[in-house]
Amino acid sequence: MRSLRLLGYGWAHHFKIMSRDPFNGFLAVTWPLFFATVAFFMFRTSGDAQALFIASLGATVMGMWSVTSTSAGAAMQRERWHGTLELLVATPVHFSLILLPITLAMSTIGLYCLVSTLLWGRFLFGIDLQIEHPLLFFVAVPATIVSIGLLGFLLAVTCVRYRTGWALGNALEFPVWLVCGLLVPITLLPDWVRPISWALAPTWGMNAMRESATGGSVLPDVAACLALGLGYGLAGVLVLETVLRSARARATLSLT
Amino acid sequence: MGVIEAHDLRRTYRTTTGIFRRRSLEVEAVRGVTFEVAEGELFGLLGPNGAGKTTTIKMLITLLLPTSGRARVLGYDVAEDPREVRKRIGYVFGGDRGLYERLPGLDNLRYFAELYGIPPREQRPRIDELLELVGLKGREKERVEGYSRGMRQRLHIARGLLHDPPVVFLDEPTIGVDPVGARELRGTISTLIESGKTVLLTTHYMFEADQLCDRIAVIAKGEIVAQGTPQELKDRVTEGSVVEVEVYGVPEGCVERVRRLQGVRGVSVEDRDQAQLLVVQSEPGYELTSALLGELDGTSVGRVSSRAPTLEDAYVALVSE
Repeated sequence: MRSLRLLGYGWAHHFKIMSRDPFNGFLAVTWPLFFATVAFFMFRTSGDAQALFIASLGATVMGMWSVTSTSAGAAMQRERWHGTLELLVATPVHFSLILLPITLAMSTIGLYCLVSTLLWGRFLFGIDLQIEHPLLFFVAVPATIVSIGLLGFLLAVTCVRYRTGWALGNALEFPVWLVCGLLVPITLLPDWVRPISWALAPTWGMNAMRESATGGSVLPDVAACLALGLGYGLAGVLVLETVLRSARARATLSLT
Repeated sequence: MGVIEAHDLRRTYRTTTGIFRRRSLEVEAVRGVTFEVAEGELFGLLGPNGAGKTTTIKMLITLLLPTSGRARVLGYDVAEDPREVRKRIGYVFGGDRGLYERLPGLDNLRYFAELYGIPPREQRPRIDELLELVGLKGREKERVEGYSRGMRQRLHIARGLLHDPPVVFLDEPTIGVDPVGARELRGTISTLIESGKTVLLTTHYMFEADQLCDRIAVIAKGEIVAQGTPQELKDRVTEGSVVEVEVYGVPEGCVERVRRLQGVRGVSVEDRDQAQLLVVQSEPGYELTSALLGELDGTSVGRVSSRAPTLEDAYVALVSE
């Protein structure tokens, strides 16, 4: 019970910090709209209305992933820069209960990505927002957000150990767009890329959202997405103590 | 058994230099530090910048692993039982960092109250009590970015005391705080001892250590060079005297020449506007004034005076050895 309260309070605390940062707030608001615009212009030439809608869903997941991958590392770097990382580590709670709410707060912006991208497409590009299984769509969206948040958590664990770990999140931003089929179908990618795609939750989240929109089978994709998210979370929790011990040995919790 | 025990504690930092031919460098920040702090005692670690004070304190509060040696807090090993140690200690460091600037002071305290597992119903009264203690009552709803350095430091202390820890570590808590604010902070530290807490304080202000600490360990270049009560440390230099000479431009090599004079225990130079103050501690039975003026021949000299040694003189002598 206490852990749940801590997760909830931590999420609200870090969401509040993000909301008080006007510059990053402006980027978070405009970023998904740029992704959506690029995707719309790319796919508009095909003249296929459904392809355009699928592109807008892809742009949504791109926004979710980009915000989480880059912000999770940046958030840890901010904690280190402000000297609060050491204070957080010095508290007696398991560090995963501190770190997880930070990345979940970042991925929550994914909800905004969804709403803004779909409305942007509807009103500026006249995209028909027809969803065959609306109920399952609203199951697929939170599953994708949570799983991406848990992947961000795994990335953030590396930022605790390495002072420049934030660069990993930035480096993975665009490759994941491609590998997870957010811009182009993964069937167009070389065969050796497929296992990597399957190991990444955004692939299954994207599939689930696409299937719910086109009337396909949604739940297997949702289950795979959540299972992978759970796997990332468990892996993060399991390695966190070792990572923290290594950070204490290498003195990387502070800036100097 | 002491509440805080450090035995032959050592910490080495490893860094690398170079881009293509990387070389590994090792810096020994703490070299075999041993001390014990008894229950209810205010123990001071006194030393210049870079002496190893913060590294020592960070090992004791479980943020750094010792390279070798052993340390225990309330019987728990800092390397093996970090969570047990963390439950029982408070940590306050000096300076601007360590706070969520964009949030009000109250939100900073509430977040850490959650992290320290203070039950929700007890949080508000505990926070109110601490805000009263550190003199921030009425300012808690303002964002921290608008706080002065002294207010931030007081908020740090409130945060460190949220879970009412029996042991408190204060790392240079008055650094950069104006004299009035620093005096108020010292008053707050005194109340911690009155309430029965064990405190380890690091500082490089002699008068602060003299005023607050029951015992002091002087640390220099990663080693403890002296340990005892402020009076015991002063007694080390009460015999003999201190000669102060106001000099307008200390000649090159003069300090080294004075240091080599017979009967000289320690030499330091302090800047005083356009002049410098050459402070020379002498062994008992030596009258150094004329020898000193001989070394300064040809240099513009102002006031010359002689006085009894203070704790600061003891400190300067210890860290310059």
